[in-house]
Amino acid sequence: MTVKEVADRLGFTLLAGEESYEREVESVYCCDLLSFVMGRAPADSAWVTVMGNVNAMAVSTLADTACIVLAEGAALDAQAKEKADQNGIAVLGSRQPVYETARAIDRLIGG
Amino acid sequence: MSDTIRLEYEVPGDDFTRAGEASSDVKRLLKKLGVAPGAVRRVAIALYEGEINLAIHGGGGQIVVEVSPEEVSMVLSDQGPGIPNIELAMQEGWSTAPDSVRNLGFGAGMGLPNMKRNADEMTIESEVGVGTTVRMTVRVA
Ligand SMILES: Nc1ncnc2c1ncn2[C@@H]1O[C@H](COP(=O)(O)OP(=O)(O)OP(=O)(O)O)[C@@H](O)[C@H]1O
Ligand SMILES: [Mg+2]
Repeated sequence: MTVKEVADRLGFTLLAGEESYEREVESVYCCDLLSFVMGRAPADSAWVTVMGNVNAMAVSTLADTACIVLAEGAALDAQAKEKADQNGIAVLGSRQPVYETARAIDRLIGG
Repeated sequence: MSDTIRLEYEVPGDDFTRAGEASSDVKRLLKKLGVAPGAVRRVAIALYEGEINLAIHGGGGQIVVEVSPEEVSMVLSDQGPGIPNIELAMQEGWSTAPDSVRNLGFGAGMGLPNMKRNADEMTIESEVGVGTTVRMTVRVA
């Protein structure tokens, strides 16, 4: 299922990185500590976090996640949004807590 | 030798918004060269962790990357405080990162272990008060 389909089906907002809205989401990963994400997030995963800063954008690119999902209504800061748009990093926003957000995506993609 | 590409980067000391630029640049190049995605990802992860360590712990530094058809070699050097106990620093979870960078998501103490896991070879030379040099190699063919 694509990033955009996930957003549409679960009512997440599309915050940045339109270029990657058609990427396939293969799994889900949750963590806020960037080196854990670097070491453990699978490529093509939906990464659920509350970190909406530029460093998170860099980690998403380098670890090659399909998208970032900002849970708890966490903000994407302006500099991060610019970076996400420039580099085609899809960022979605969810009002739900991390666990509920991740569980909903997991169910949807049939994980 | 003629088909070795050499890249050099200067990493600023405390500008974490720019840290990651060298890794992103190298990743783009390797992709363009058609290097296998798994190897590209290993280089990207190892180099990013090293780049962030230069910025956070080393007070800035230099990165030299050499790309040959067989391997990517990376040398990261800084003239920072050095690492008093390398064995301890290599342990998962060991971190002296200040709260100011923990708030940004750093400080899990997983950077050096990630580098070790993703590089085929890695050595650290460090002298307290003089600086640190980390060398890593990732085989791409
Ligand atoms: N270039 C360096 N100069 C001085 N000390 C360093 C350097 N690189 C690493 N260290 C020391 O080694 C520790 C462990 O590094 P490591 O990258 O594993 O974790 P971290 O940077 O603290 O957190 P993380 O990488 O998970 O965000 C650091 O906290 C620091 O004390
Ligand atoms: Mg580190």
